[in-house]
Amino acid sequence: METFWFVIVTLMLAVYMVLDGYDFGVGIVYPFAARTETERRTALASIGPVWSGNEVWLIAGGGLLFFAFPKAYAAGFSGFYLALIIVLWLLIFRGLALELRSHIDHPLWMQGWDAAFSGASLLLAIVFGVALGNLIRGVPLNHEGYFFVALWTDFMTGPEPGILDWFTILMGLTSATIVALHGANYLAMKTEGELYRRADSVGRLAGWAAAGCTILTVIAVPFIQPNLRLNFASHPIEYLLPLTGMSALGGTLYFRHRQRDIAAFSTSSCFILAMLGGVASGMYPYILVSTTDPALSLTVFGAATDSYGLAAGLTWFVVGFALVLAYQFYAHRAFRGKVRLDPGVLSEK
Amino acid sequence: MGTALLYDRLQFATTATFHYLFPQLTMGLALLLLYLRSRALRTGDEHYQHVARFWTKIFALSFAFGVVTGIPLEFQFGTNWAKFSTFAGGVIGQTLAMEGIFAFFLESSFLGILLFGETRVSQRVQWFAALMLFLGSWLSGYFILATNAWMQYPVAYQVGENGRLFVNSLYGLLTNPWLFWEYAHNMTAAVVTASFVMAAIGSFYLLAGQHVGYAKTFLRTGVVAGAIASALMIFPTGHESARQVFEHQPLKGAAFEGLFKTERGAGILLVGQPNLETLTIDNPIEIPSALSMLVYYELYANVKGLDAFPREDWPDGLPLLYYSYHIMAGLGTILVSIMGFALLWLWRGRLFTANWLLWLLMLSAPFPYIATTAGWMTAELGRQPWLVYGLLRTADGTSPLVHSGNALFTLLGFLGLYLLLGLLFLFLIGETIQHGPAPAGSKPTHAA
Repeated sequence: METFWFVIVTLMLAVYMVLDGYDFGVGIVYPFAARTETERRTALASIGPVWSGNEVWLIAGGGLLFFAFPKAYAAGFSGFYLALIIVLWLLIFRGLALELRSHIDHPLWMQGWDAAFSGASLLLAIVFGVALGNLIRGVPLNHEGYFFVALWTDFMTGPEPGILDWFTILMGLTSATIVALHGANYLAMKTEGELYRRADSVGRLAGWAAAGCTILTVIAVPFIQPNLRLNFASHPIEYLLPLTGMSALGGTLYFRHRQRDIAAFSTSSCFILAMLGGVASGMYPYILVSTTDPALSLTVFGAATDSYGLAAGLTWFVVGFALVLAYQFYAHRAFRGKVRLDPGVLSEK
Repeated sequence: MGTALLYDRLQFATTATFHYLFPQLTMGLALLLLYLRSRALRTGDEHYQHVARFWTKIFALSFAFGVVTGIPLEFQFGTNWAKFSTFAGGVIGQTLAMEGIFAFFLESSFLGILLFGETRVSQRVQWFAALMLFLGSWLSGYFILATNAWMQYPVAYQVGENGRLFVNSLYGLLTNPWLFWEYAHNMTAAVVTASFVMAAIGSFYLLAGQHVGYAKTFLRTGVVAGAIASALMIFPTGHESARQVFEHQPLKGAAFEGLFKTERGAGILLVGQPNLETLTIDNPIEIPSALSMLVYYELYANVKGLDAFPREDWPDGLPLLYYSYHIMAGLGTILVSIMGFALLWLWRGRLFTANWLLWLLMLSAPFPYIATTAGWMTAELGRQPWLVYGLLRTADGTSPLVHSGNALFTLLGFLGLYLLLGLLFLFLIGETIQHGPAPAGSKPTHAA
């Protein structure tokens, strides 16, 4: 049961990265791809109706983590205190930028929110990579099962690391480039003309950067976290996930160059899902690894609530999740196809 | 760690109070919007379509601020209250996760359709989206209040061998007896806020001679809904909420009323300042026996005072709690009177020409916000010194390794950020009101 919920929470957060990943990515490529006001509005309209639903995957994933693994939620959130509060501030700015930009028709107002939107998108994409890097590297858990890490110490991985060290920064860059590629794929899929061409070329560039960073990360990870290497060695079937991921990365580069937009977007989604799944399966059964003493590491069994709670959760989750898929499908379907700005729409005022 | 506790509390209080300025409007408006969309669909009248579109704009603005300020609350359970999360996560994790899965997806998916789909979907689908938005926002309120009700009145839990709590009946958690009146009281208060805002904007337009046809619809809708909701807010929901406090949390009840000594035939203080040195009330003006009457329906019923409880269990912000309760109750009475007059005048057909009443309605828009905030301060300050009533003290719930310097840094950050957010919101609301409900390029319609 604990394992089942570990899979569900991982899945929720991985889907979150795929969905909010593309609107973060649109934010990152936005200043390069969208130059005129019409192009900017088109780019924003491509994510306008769906971004907040995408973000709910984070909130719901966080809620499920809290429900299923309260101990991990408490330790992780208090341990990464400053980083998480900064994430909150960035999410606030980004959300407001998307919602408020269209309210006032003044160039300075719009430029300001444009900067907030792409700046916050880029920083968040980096932060999510850094966060994953921290989970892989481990944190200095104490005997009560808590830890606190500063934003940075000496930028080295060791028993007393900071949130930022060379490895987590590498993960942050990897995440930012992947998200940029993914967002460019989405934007290309949703737009036409000049905007399409620029999204396409930014996507190609981001694709090569993402491939380079990913290779470096894949080389670094087994050295940083030996558990992961051991896990894969004892269960070779788990190699399937990173292998799928890497072939999806190859696929998305290929499709990007052939301008097969839907295939490129699908493969970059698959790439993100498979790589995150690969990390989670390699880390299992650990949810927080201790850098000080392996015996203090928190497993899914130690972090979970009791079996009645997990089973009761399953009953409502099955119903709720089916509904979620239905709304999300409906909302994305209602706005399918290329974006065309129609005058007089509320968002355009 | 002493000051860290203070900063943690201030940060949660600030962020929660600021956040709730927005959902109280959106939850109430969700109901009024559903009504407006239903009228639009049934009559096929363009007028109601425009009215609904205007209020959807206000809704969306308030909703956006509500979403971005709501996320920090869920995060803070983990960041600032780690020991509480570890202790109680096995119970409240259920309701918080359910809120995410059942309510948030519903709201965000259908708000997108309502805002961006005007030209893509039919009127019937828009009505359906309004219905789903109403369901989503009221469900969200339900799950959050189920969480709060559990912290006020813990049920359906057992203590595990590691000292952590686990839920033992999901049904019991969702049907917490505390929850019924708390939810009813809170949701009627949300409708009161939305009605006052609608009536205030209607009054403003009417007094200014702008958008007159729309203004009348705003006023009619706002006043009828506001009169019903503000009456329900006091009786039965407010009355029963107070009675359950006296039944289950007599200490909190005594603190509400500033009742330092146990009394037979206890009165209700209209005015007076609690003095913690002498444990008396300065300058009291009292209605004798009123409290015994309201709580136990008996003129000489015995009501326990603060002296019946050990001092270390008293709420630490006692005077503030006392004032919050009195501000809530006092403003509640004023709100119901204003709406009562307005309804009477509307019924006699004189509201639209009674300038003094329109001025009063326009200027009273902040009152429900103040009353609601004071109401929440009453509930939450009254829960102190407990985080989970009777089970976990607030001082024992914080994150053990988050020190005061870090907590103060983020508290100051939130204060600055929320000041900016508040100014932005007021500016944008002002701008939206300025722009008005008439669609660009068309003449305002004057429906009867």
